[in-house]
Amino acid sequence: MNRIDHLFDRKKERVLSIYFTAGFPDLEDTLPIMQAIEDAGADIIEVGVPYSDPIADGPTIQESNMIALNNGMSLKKLFDQLKDMRKKVSLPVVLMGYLNPIIQYGMEEFCKKCQELGIDGLIVPDLPMQQYIDEYKEMFDRYGLRNTFLISPQTSEKRIKEIDDYSNGFIYMVSAHAITGAKSGISNEQIAYFERVKSMELKNPRLIGFGISDAETFSTASQYSNGAIIGSAFIKIIKNSKDLKNDIKSYIQSVIK
Amino acid sequence: MIRVDEKGFYGKFGGAYIPEMLHPNIEELRENYEKIIATEDFQKEFRALLKDYVGRPTPLYFASRLSEKHGAKIYLKREDLCHTGAHKVNNTVGQIILAKKLGKKRIIAETGAGQHGVATATVCALMGMECTVYMGALDIQRQRPNVERMKILGAKVVAATSGSQTLKDATNEAMRQWINNPVDTHYIIGSVVGPHPYPEMVARFQSVISEEIKWQLKEKEGTENPDLVIACVGGGSNAAGAFYHYYNTSQVRLVAAEAAGLGVNSGKSAATTALGTPGILHGSKTLLMQTEDGQVVEPHSISAGLDYPGIGPVHAHLFDIGRAEFVAVEDEDAMKAGIELSRLEGIIPAIETAHALHALNMIEYKKDDIIVINLSGRGDKDLDTYIKWGGY
Ligand SMILES: Cc1ncc(COP(=O)(O)O)c(C=O)c1O
Repeated sequence: MNRIDHLFDRKKERVLSIYFTAGFPDLEDTLPIMQAIEDAGADIIEVGVPYSDPIADGPTIQESNMIALNNGMSLKKLFDQLKDMRKKVSLPVVLMGYLNPIIQYGMEEFCKKCQELGIDGLIVPDLPMQQYIDEYKEMFDRYGLRNTFLISPQTSEKRIKEIDDYSNGFIYMVSAHAITGAKSGISNEQIAYFERVKSMELKNPRLIGFGISDAETFSTASQYSNGAIIGSAFIKIIKNSKDLKNDIKSYIQSVIK
Repeated sequence: MIRVDEKGFYGKFGGAYIPEMLHPNIEELRENYEKIIATEDFQKEFRALLKDYVGRPTPLYFASRLSEKHGAKIYLKREDLCHTGAHKVNNTVGQIILAKKLGKKRIIAETGAGQHGVATATVCALMGMECTVYMGALDIQRQRPNVERMKILGAKVVAATSGSQTLKDATNEAMRQWINNPVDTHYIIGSVVGPHPYPEMVARFQSVISEEIKWQLKEKEGTENPDLVIACVGGGSNAAGAFYHYYNTSQVRLVAAEAAGLGVNSGKSAATTALGTPGILHGSKTLLMQTEDGQVVEPHSISAGLDYPGIGPVHAHLFDIGRAEFVAVEDEDAMKAGIELSRLEGIIPAIETAHALHALNMIEYKKDDIIVINLSGRGDKDLDTYIKWGGY
C-alpha cells in the first residue's frame, strides 16, 4: 500500500510534514536529514529538488535552492543519494520540484525511478491540472505515485472540487495568497478560508502550508485540517545548525509537543 | 496558419505552466482580454493614445545611404521615435487600459535594460496608478539613468537579489509579487513571454507595427509586402509586432536577430535558438538555454534587452517550422552596425536594434529586394555602452 494512503488511514489529525531542499546545507546532508526528521517524530518527508528559478518560493527556500545547486545537487545526484533510502527511512516520502528539471530527465524515466526508490508522491507546483490530466495522470498512477495539487484562498469552490476529484494522497492548502515563507501567524481571514474548505468535505486529506513555523501555528492549522507542512522555518533551523540531528529533533519536538 | 490555439499553444510551444496560486489571475485575464480589447470603447482609447501620446504612426523611412551601402531597398520602421524611445510603450499603453477596465489598482512589471520599466512607469503616471518595477540588482547598477527615469516618473524600483540578479530574476520576482497580491494588481509583462494569454496579448498590442508597415509600404512601393522583415529578438515583442501581419504571407521572409554575445560557442551568449532546447521558463514551454539537468543558464549580451535565456513561444514555433530565419549577432558586430547607421543615416540605434542591422551582413538577398528593418529603439539609453566600447 502507498505509504501516504496508509498514513492517512491511520492518522487523521496533527499530521506533520517537513520540507527541506536536497543537498542543503551540504551536498551529502540529504539522507541524514531525512533520518533525523523520521527519528524526531514527523509524519511525512518532502524532499525539494532544487531549481534555478523557483517562482512559488520566498527568499529562504530560494537561497537554499541556490546553495544546493552550487553544492552540485541535481536530480541524478539526488536519485543516487536515495538509492538505499528505504533501508533507513520508513515514512512516506514526497518529492517536490518544478517541472523543467523533471521534463529534462524524462517524465516516464522519472516516475519509474521514483517507484524503484520507494518514493510515494509528487508535488510539482507548476504542473497545471489540465496538463496533468491530459498527459501524466495515467503515468503517475501506473507507477503508484500520489500527486498533490495546491489550492489557495483565491481558488474557486468549483476548481477546488475539480482538484479534489483528480487528486490523491493529500491536498496542499496554501495558507494565504503568498509565496513560501511570506508571513507568520494566522489571521482571521485565513481561518475563514480554512473553515470554508473544511466545510466542503473533500475526499482527500488536507495539509496546510506556507507560514507554519511553530507549535502554535501548527496547532491552529491542525484544527481546520489534517495537519500542516513546515518548510522555510525548518530550512532556517538547518541552515545555522552545527548539530543537525539534535537541532532537528528539538525543533520538531517543540512543534508537535 | 500561425495562430495561437485554445490552450495557448503555437505548435509545440506556449501554454500556461503556472503555480495554482496564479491560476485565478491568469484565468481572469484569459477570459476577459479578448472581449475587452474588441470593444469600441477600448479601441477608441487605445488608438487615441497611440496617436497623440505615443506619436503613432511612426514613420517608415527609406534609408537611401544604408540602401546604397548594402545593395537593397531598405526601409526603417521608426519605433525609436515612439514616446520613451522604443516600441515597448505600445504594449504598456494597451495593458494599462486593460488593467483599468479589469478594475486593478496597482501595476507591477519586470525590466532588464529599464526600457519596459520606463514605458510602464510612464503609463502609470499617465493613468495615476501605483507602479512597482522589479529589476535585477546587477541591472540596476548597469542601467542607472533608466532607474532614475522610473523614479522621476513616480515608480518604485525594487531590486531582485536572487539568482543572477538580471532580467530572468526580475521576472521571477514580479511573478512572486503577483502571487502575493492577486486581487488588486495587474502584472504588465514586457515581451511576448510568460503564461498564456500574455504572449498573444502582447503581440496583439505590438502588431500595430506591421499594421502600419503594410499601408505605409503600399503608399511608397505600391505593395503591402516587403521581401524581408528583419527584427531583433530578446523575448521577441518588437519582432512579433513587425512579423504579425506577415506570419501567414509566405513570400515575406522573416528574419530574427538574436544576440550571440561573445560568440555562439563562447559560453557568453544569448543565442537561444542556436543553444536552447525545449523546456519551461516563466510559465510557457519554449526554447531556453539550460543545462542537461534543466537548470536555466545565465545568458550574456552587450545589450541588456537581449540578455534573456529564452524566447517567446511564437518565435520558438517560427524557428521550429522554419518560417523565420534566425541569425546570431556578436556584440562587436552589433556595435559596428550601430555606428554604421549613426554615420550613414544620422540615427543612433539602441544596441538591441543594432543586432537587427548587422543581420544585413549575414543573410542573402537580391539587389532590388525591399527590406524593412524594425528600428525598435534609440541609443540614448546606451550611450555609456557606446562610450565604454569606444570603437568609433
Ligand atoms: C530597443 C529595444 N529593442 C528590443 C528589445 C528586446 O525586447 P523584445 O525582443 O521583446 O522586442 C528591447 C528590450 O529592452 C529594447 O529596449
